[in-house]
Amino acid sequence: MSSWLDYTINGLIVGNVYALVAVGLALIFGVSRLINFAQGSIYLVGAYIGWVAVVQLHTPLPLTIIVVAAAAALVGLIIERFGLRPLQNSVRIAPLLATIGISFVLDQLVMLTFSPNPRALPSQLPDVRFQVGGGTIGPLDLLIAGVGITSALLLFVFLRYSKLGWAVRAASQDRDAAMQMGVDVNRVNQAVFGIAAALGGVSGMLVGMYYNQIDTAMSLQATLKGVVAEVVGGAGNVPGAVVGSLLLGLVESYGVAVFGTSYRNLFAFLLLVVVLVLRPNGLFASARQAPPEPLTGTFIAPSRPVRIPRWALAVAAAIFAILPLFPVSFYVLQTLINAWLLGMLALSLTLVAGTIGQVSLGHAALLAIGAYTSALLSLTFAVPVGLAIIGGGLMSAALGTTLISPSFRLRGHYVSIATLAIGEIVSLVILNWESVTRGPIGISGIPPLSLFGYDLISPTSIYWFSLSVMVVLALLQGRLLTSHLGRSFRAIRDDDIAARAYGLSLNRYKSLAFIFGGFAAGISGGIAAHLYSYINHETFNTQQSILALTVVILGGLGNVVGAILGSVALVGLPEMFRIAAEYRILIYGIVLLLLVRFRPQGLLGTI
Amino acid sequence: MLSLRGLTRRFGGLTAVDAINLDLAKGELVSIIGPNGAGKTTLFNLVTGLDRPDAGAVQFEGQGITGLSPERLAAEGIARTFQLGRVFGNLSVMDNVLIGAHTRLRAVKPAFPVIGPLLELGLALLRPASVKAEEERLREEVKAILARFGERLLPRVDQPAYSLSYANRRRVEIARALALKPRLLLLDEPTAGMNPTETAEMQALVAELKAEGLTILLIEHKLEMVMRLSDRVIVMDEGKKIAEGLGEQVRSDPKVIEAYLGHGLSGTAEQESAA
Ligand SMILES: Nc1ncnc2c1ncn2[C@@H]1O[C@H](COP(=O)(O)OP(=O)(O)O)[C@@H](O)[C@H]1O
Ligand SMILES: [Mg+2]
Repeated sequence: MSSWLDYTINGLIVGNVYALVAVGLALIFGVSRLINFAQGSIYLVGAYIGWVAVVQLHTPLPLTIIVVAAAAALVGLIIERFGLRPLQNSVRIAPLLATIGISFVLDQLVMLTFSPNPRALPSQLPDVRFQVGGGTIGPLDLLIAGVGITSALLLFVFLRYSKLGWAVRAASQDRDAAMQMGVDVNRVNQAVFGIAAALGGVSGMLVGMYYNQIDTAMSLQATLKGVVAEVVGGAGNVPGAVVGSLLLGLVESYGVAVFGTSYRNLFAFLLLVVVLVLRPNGLFASARQAPPEPLTGTFIAPSRPVRIPRWALAVAAAIFAILPLFPVSFYVLQTLINAWLLGMLALSLTLVAGTIGQVSLGHAALLAIGAYTSALLSLTFAVPVGLAIIGGGLMSAALGTTLISPSFRLRGHYVSIATLAIGEIVSLVILNWESVTRGPIGISGIPPLSLFGYDLISPTSIYWFSLSVMVVLALLQGRLLTSHLGRSFRAIRDDDIAARAYGLSLNRYKSLAFIFGGFAAGISGGIAAHLYSYINHETFNTQQSILALTVVILGGLGNVVGAILGSVALVGLPEMFRIAAEYRILIYGIVLLLLVRFRPQGLLGTI
Repeated sequence: MLSLRGLTRRFGGLTAVDAINLDLAKGELVSIIGPNGAGKTTLFNLVTGLDRPDAGAVQFEGQGITGLSPERLAAEGIARTFQLGRVFGNLSVMDNVLIGAHTRLRAVKPAFPVIGPLLELGLALLRPASVKAEEERLREEVKAILARFGERLLPRVDQPAYSLSYANRRRVEIARALALKPRLLLLDEPTAGMNPTETAEMQALVAELKAEGLTILLIEHKLEMVMRLSDRVIVMDEGKKIAEGLGEQVRSDPKVIEAYLGHGLSGTAEQESAA
């Protein structure tokens, strides 16, 4: 059983790395009640700066660490100064969205600079291993442990004995009181972002050395792991984040020992969901404590929606409906088909994120559920494609709502974390549940779209089909919004406490919103599966979730017409300007940032 | 009708509500006064289910309701307003008040377990005549409630609540509470931030509600109003009930004067002169 010691050592080392990320997240959450979704991007930047230093500049290890820490800290300071400080007086959704946008921009910049191919990051340390008890330990393990402990000590001394450290602690205990006592909140924010970024960057470099490989997919994983560790330890609780990280490292390591490597992340996210449900304030907070989110304050910017007359909408729909009768290229039709599919997803997300205020970051999972269900129904059980797609919608509504239901008691940023994690869980289950989903191979040979026995193969017929499905879903959603349910959803979004005090059950209405939204997203995924004819666990990924979120913000939260307009704009404009695929995500990130900064209510306004 | 026994709520080392006993008879109006931080709002939260007591019990109409969810208590007919104002900012005045009537929706909310919510979704989309009629009836009711505030709210019925003045938002909150057709109404500083004219209007409205037989628990700093309206006054300080009785009696109680003086007159005097 000597390997158990190895697994324990591995768990603690990996936990140490997570701690470097999680401590930064905890510091930031402590002073600004913000979950910094860009933390993983800084980790990524740290890894690539480390690569430049080691491979191209041949710096010695201590210098590499200093260079990485300094460069990452600089990135953190820039994010704080230009990304977040301008949003200080905005609604609470704004900084959350900004960090998501920043993260996409940074990841894409790294990818465009260094290409998405993995690179080796040698550690410059001798390749020896020492026997310890029954296990072994290498110099890199010692380095990681050393960096972890040193950082913890430095941080402790800083927080305890420096004036700025005192201000950080004061601000995280009671920001308003600290401000009244003359604490300069901007300086405090600068300090925590700088420290968090330095730690995150070094962490990325160490992980790169540990696995001797870096690639751009590291970013999202790091954010997720850091957030898991931080939430397990109790958001904003710095020592808690360290313990949470070590715990996460051990849980993963033992999980891998028992079930195999592909289950590593599944354990991390399950741990997160369990903690969020049972102890939303972390393992070390008393469960009765008031939630760390402020109880008052609007999450969403108030605005007057732009009213578009019905006849104008009817005319617009008619123009798009007769478009294929004119000599337009297949390319235009193809682009618009993509826009209609994205439109269905955006309708779903605008209901969930906009109307009832649950900013979901895992919405692509609903596409995946719909797509797999429809594909498998039509392939395995020979269900007609039209019915199979409806089956996909229903399954997505039912399963999606069930999976997300543990998060119904959460508020604000926590909902985003939970949905992100649940989205990852769906993708991991698809990957691992080979007997049903065919695992990493994916599903190929999915039959093409057909309706009442007629195959829809020509772009024109596919265009009409997807346009009509989207219009029907949009009309239904419009009708829903004018009912008492629309009113109830919006009330829950604006103030869930007052809503409860007037008899609105959060579980009931959040479920109904997810059922309706899950159906629309599932239909979109189902149609996509039959269009693509091949899907796998990566077909519907976080990038699509973020794209849908950008569409929703662009159109205006909760705004049905806005969701469609946003889809056409974000799918159509890059095509029109022939922007290469690798720049698109960068542009989506920038669009999101600009919107949050200059037009948070979107083009057509929040409904 | 309402009775609290030994109700206690602690936050860390601080006992915000300390073994409070209180009885409220049907049709009575009882005021709770006391300096800021005395625990009045926390007491309301305990009664309305937004917070759970560490000890003690709440009875309403003879039934134990300790620790029930706010949704349940709303359905039981307990309505409240919030000290800082919690209107739904993006909802119109009409929709805000309609939310108050949520517990009274019948046609659109069939009372079946499990499939009830799905039917609710279906009915909301299909909107059969019964559902439309119910909605129409409630809208008329809301207009009648808004009419109680004169011309303050009626002309603004379709405006979003965030665009209203502070005083109007407080009025919307009270209208929302009335739409629930409450058996017990809890008002948390309904006149905070109102000028003397507005305060007088509010006082007249509360008096009217009392005359209609509504049972009311009122938190209020403006002693003039408290003295005029209340059947009884309860004074809280540092979580404890330090006095209870008829208005004038309480006002001259040395313990009460001491509590107010000891806190630098944080409550009454300041607010009354500010208003
Ligand atoms: N959620 C909470 N967490 C911690 N302390 C609280 C909380 N709510 C209220 N308190 C504290 O309880 C005390 C009573 O507050 P409150 O009931 O609002 O007083 P009042 O309404 O009489 O002004 C105050 O000291 C307040 O700081
Ligand atoms: Mg109060």
